[in-house]
Amino acid sequence: MSKRVAITGNEAVAQAMRQINPDVVAAYPITPQTEIVQIFSTFVADGNVDTEFVTVESEHSAMSATIGASAAGARAMTATSSQGLALMWEMLYIAAGLRLPIVAPVVNRALSAPINIHCDHSDTMGARDSGWVQIYSENAQEAYDNLIQAVRIAEHADVQIPAMVCMDGFIVSHGMENAELLDDHVVRSFVGQRTPRHSLLDVDNPATFGALDFADWYFEHRRQLADAQTYVKGVVLDVAKEFAKISGRNYGLFESYRLDDAELAVVVLNSAAGTAKAVVDDLRQQGMKAGLLKIRLFRPFPHDEIVAALAGKKAIAVLDRADGLSTMGGPVFVDVRSAMYDAPGPKMVNYIYGLGGRDVDTEQIAGVYWDLARIAETGKVTSPVTYLGVRE
Amino acid sequence: MSANGKQKGWKDVPIGGLILEAGSSDKYETGDWRTYRPVWDQEKCRHCMICWIYCPDSSILVREGKVVGIDYKHCKGCGICAHECPAKCIDMRLETELEAGEAEGAGAGARCCAKSGGEAGGK
Repeated sequence: MSKRVAITGNEAVAQAMRQINPDVVAAYPITPQTEIVQIFSTFVADGNVDTEFVTVESEHSAMSATIGASAAGARAMTATSSQGLALMWEMLYIAAGLRLPIVAPVVNRALSAPINIHCDHSDTMGARDSGWVQIYSENAQEAYDNLIQAVRIAEHADVQIPAMVCMDGFIVSHGMENAELLDDHVVRSFVGQRTPRHSLLDVDNPATFGALDFADWYFEHRRQLADAQTYVKGVVLDVAKEFAKISGRNYGLFESYRLDDAELAVVVLNSAAGTAKAVVDDLRQQGMKAGLLKIRLFRPFPHDEIVAALAGKKAIAVLDRADGLSTMGGPVFVDVRSAMYDAPGPKMVNYIYGLGGRDVDTEQIAGVYWDLARIAETGKVTSPVTYLGVRE
Repeated sequence: MSANGKQKGWKDVPIGGLILEAGSSDKYETGDWRTYRPVWDQEKCRHCMICWIYCPDSSILVREGKVVGIDYKHCKGCGICAHECPAKCIDMRLETELEAGEAEGAGAGARCCAKSGGEAGGK
């Protein structure tokens, strides 16, 4: 029987890792991820998992050890946040380039400087072109569910790409919520055993990983990685369908909330979607045709489906919890607007919000919808990029 | 290369740059990376095998316990052999000078594969 518990995001993710029972976990503590690995290490110490737990001296080493273990054929995981993810940078590209299906929860936290330990998405947004699959989670339940599904997605024969499962630092990682955990044996049979086609420990079929790849072959191998990304969304949907059978919970590439008949839409990732849903309900009662699109799969970007869901809207606001510093908006805005370029054009605007853990409340998000209402009425955008909640 | 002599495309090779055969670096000729060429003096050589131990590219050719030459197809010219040789019998010479001399002498384009290079079987 699955059980309903009061649990934080970090605890839920640690429980998912216990149930996944990976062969190897190599990790280094960083706020607000620390608890995940701390709790998981107690499972190792108590013999609740078969995992080889590798304590390392940095996140660069954590990702390196995870890569080595995955190349050896193990199901390998790590977890990190912010500066830790930044320190993994070069190894992230190596994990993806070597096509190693590592799975890593990432607890979103702002990048320095100035130093800050609270939530924004600048860490994972910076890694969006590394080749990793990125799945975003609104709450503890989604983080738990997404992590379990990510194992199947990453290891799928058509994919073979590492995956990070993101949730908001402190807001979700340390916030106590009501969530449902599946039975251990149900999760273990859902994730099954990893069956790599090639591995370093398969001595009967030797393989070299990471050999020099110059102008004569590198391009072909990068082309393969780009091709594999095109299979991800289909696999995400297939895995979600199977997951619904064991959990009763349905997942897609994104969640549409009262979006079908909406005229004004907000696009957002992670925990702020919860706040925005409350705003949508309130504005609907006032007669505004407000809707929400919460992106779950951000990399690869499900552009066709997002365009289909947003086509015909009068005005759209994309909320970014990271600034691209390009002076043309945040990373989610840039992707959504680019995808919408060929669609019959709703007006689109961008709001950078919540940097460094700045709270975003219902009033501010309601203000975004009222801005959209004005844009829809007048057809004029006065501020393409707005910093929402910054003190002037 | 595939059977028809055309280079394979991205759909036809193992993913991730994996190499699925052993010893394939023998096929990858790195000799033309060289700036300095180790020139081995057979008369001074004591066959102590120090160069053979130190060479990072397995490019010292040995047959029946004796050094017989240097594999110029793979030697990158790092100079470790010359540095370590107790008999000082390996001289690092600029490729450009040697090549100029070879071009004058034989007119042959023996850029990276001088005589002993072809005898890699003795490794």
